[in-house]
Amino acid sequence: MEVAQQEVLTTPAAKEAVEITGSAALLEALIVEGVDTIFGYPGGAIMPIYDALYDYKEKLNHILVRHEQGGIHAGQGYARTSGKVGVVFATSGPGATNLVTGLADAQIDSTPLVCITGQVFAHLLGTDAFQETDVINITTPVTKWNYQVTDANEIPEVIAKAFYIAKSGRPGPVLIDITKNAQIQKFDYKGYVQCNHIRSYRPKPIVRTQYIEEAAALINQAKKPFVLFGQGVILGSAEQEFKAFIEKSGIPSAWTILGAGAIPTDHPLNVGMLGMHGNYGPNVLTNDCDVLIAIGMRFDDRVTGRLDKYAKQAQVIHLDIDPAEIDKNVKTTVPVWGDCKETLPLLTALVEKKEHTEWLKLFNEYTQKEVDAVIHTELNPTTEEMTMGEVIKQLNELTHGNAVIVSDVGQHQMVACRYSQFNNTRSNVTSGGLGTMGFGLPAAIGAKFGAQDRDVIAIIGDGGFQMTLQELGTIMQTGVDVKIIILNNRFLGMVRQWQELFNERRYSFVDIQSPDFVALAASYRIAGKRVDSREDLAPALKEMMDHKGSYLLEVMVTKENNVFPMVPQGCSVSEIRLK
Amino acid sequence: MSNQDTEKQEFNITVYTENQIGLLNRIAIIFTRRKINIDSLNTSPSEIESIHRFNIVITESEDVVRKLTRQIEKQVEVLKVYYHTNADVIWQEMALYKVSTDVIAEKVSVERLLRENGARVVVLRKDYTVFETTGHREETDNLISILQPYGLIEFVRSARVAIIKDSEGFNSKLREFERLEPGEDVIENEYLNKGQKVFSM
Repeated sequence: MEVAQQEVLTTPAAKEAVEITGSAALLEALIVEGVDTIFGYPGGAIMPIYDALYDYKEKLNHILVRHEQGGIHAGQGYARTSGKVGVVFATSGPGATNLVTGLADAQIDSTPLVCITGQVFAHLLGTDAFQETDVINITTPVTKWNYQVTDANEIPEVIAKAFYIAKSGRPGPVLIDITKNAQIQKFDYKGYVQCNHIRSYRPKPIVRTQYIEEAAALINQAKKPFVLFGQGVILGSAEQEFKAFIEKSGIPSAWTILGAGAIPTDHPLNVGMLGMHGNYGPNVLTNDCDVLIAIGMRFDDRVTGRLDKYAKQAQVIHLDIDPAEIDKNVKTTVPVWGDCKETLPLLTALVEKKEHTEWLKLFNEYTQKEVDAVIHTELNPTTEEMTMGEVIKQLNELTHGNAVIVSDVGQHQMVACRYSQFNNTRSNVTSGGLGTMGFGLPAAIGAKFGAQDRDVIAIIGDGGFQMTLQELGTIMQTGVDVKIIILNNRFLGMVRQWQELFNERRYSFVDIQSPDFVALAASYRIAGKRVDSREDLAPALKEMMDHKGSYLLEVMVTKENNVFPMVPQGCSVSEIRLK
Repeated sequence: MSNQDTEKQEFNITVYTENQIGLLNRIAIIFTRRKINIDSLNTSPSEIESIHRFNIVITESEDVVRKLTRQIEKQVEVLKVYYHTNADVIWQEMALYKVSTDVIAEKVSVERLLRENGARVVVLRKDYTVFETTGHREETDNLISILQPYGLIEFVRSARVAIIKDSEGFNSKLREFERLEPGEDVIENEYLNKGQKVFSM
């Protein structure tokens, strides 16, 4: 295709129709949508799109991953740090089914993605053709929306809808399955118009002042109000509005793991993390507050513990963009439906300026108890072996809280979220809802592409790393700068912890062996080091951070350490254990 | 939570949707994921061309039904969801019964059958007769038990169709949906509407 012609095409709604292929129309659409990076893997049924991509190499940076699951997790990491829609390409059949874990992860964590899968020719649908699988039906429960295109004429409109749906309202993953004939087919392309309205789709409920007034009245008479905030604050780009709200109302605020970083860790009103391995005060005092204000969070069972003993004494105000979240788990006194970027300023205007000094002091007292019982020993151990916590503490001293921390799933994830310092929003990338082991490494690659001027540090366990370690190949080939810390306790630590606490130490298949990770990294031409004594830790971390390019640091940590505090499953948040 | 909220009863869920392939599955899995059986499901055109209407019947508590309707309404191609108790709708089911004509002619008074059960003969052949009844479940069930002893060859009952007593239809709402900034009435968060006759989410 000639360059001049391409420029005409990228103008939205070109007047004169131009004959192009469905594949070219797709790529034109991506350019108008502002896509700069695609994570993908080619294959038979998506070859026409890859053929078209050959002419778009200058405009669209395609990252060749090593596995489609790696591709979609990278797309998620990209979306989480950039705030843009992550774009993923995969072929039909196994290519598409390999996306399923990432789709489920993105669905439950509300991550905006547009995934394009190739599909067999339309005339072969339903014939058990080579690499044919019913992708639409397989992915229906794990997508916000999906659609199969069988005619190139549909492509501009469908892609426009896909981006609009993925990023608007409560974001989520969208999958578009395009049959090979539609990719090849030439049609009269009349330009690309972005979508801003679908009559059956209401991304934002209308804000009702009645609810805002009722919520403000409750907050103003509260003696012990408590704010719980989640990723909704970040997804709504409402960090400033949120900060203004809590600073005026003086309300102590605790975060879900996906809400981490919406306000800085050291903000005086930030009282810590909620949930099973969250902080002591926020859990215990949930059952002591008089007004609970939930903002952009969904009362996950890992946050609430036993529901019938959760905040029963409190009046609940729930701010959420998704009407289906209201009353889903916790009965609301006042529902404030809407985008918190709009509702928070309205609420801030009506709340009285206050300082809940005594109440906040109570949180600090609990913090002190937790420091004495858990945190101090975790961060300053006197044992010979290293703890995960001290690695994070040392890392904080180097990053000063400015890095993007990507974690995998397990003990190290809880430790990373608990102890990392976050000065900025969009800094904590982790698989919260689905708990996908193997998320970390590919998500870190995507996170770096989404935030190229920031340091990206992946913190991964020895188990999770082995689930997607093939993405070291992606790092090698793209030269992307990702720092990888493997916290190696030679166990599947979280399951082992549960087996220790609840299954009488019957360690059933949690003893995992690992390859020489440093040698493995070296074979991918990635620098690395293994550290097993404390005096080497700080210099090694510094060497990693100073290193130009990717680096893998394996830190050998104590084998049988437990993450505390802990709300055991089936217990109330106030029954949180310190040991 | 009141008893009304937690006691199980039949609910009629009415869903207005775009006509889109795959939407039936998207709606069905909202029930199956929660291991809720769909007692009856009917899809048909609605009062508006191009808009489809699902009638779904399940036996559940209102609390669960309310959550389900919110999940359904969240689907991109769903315009609106309502739920009602049986008292709030006019509903009908249709049933067909195939019986051997010989047996029927010999052993029962066809006339009495037709009169007492509001049945109608759809087809009368030498070898078999097909009856039809329309009504509530008990009425159609009643005729089965009557015909069973005489060798009911085939029986089939349709899904339930229901008209909402207290609805003004969807025409005016649709015009609102088509606007870029619809009024409050359309993006309803009828959290406070529980007292009204028509439940809507």
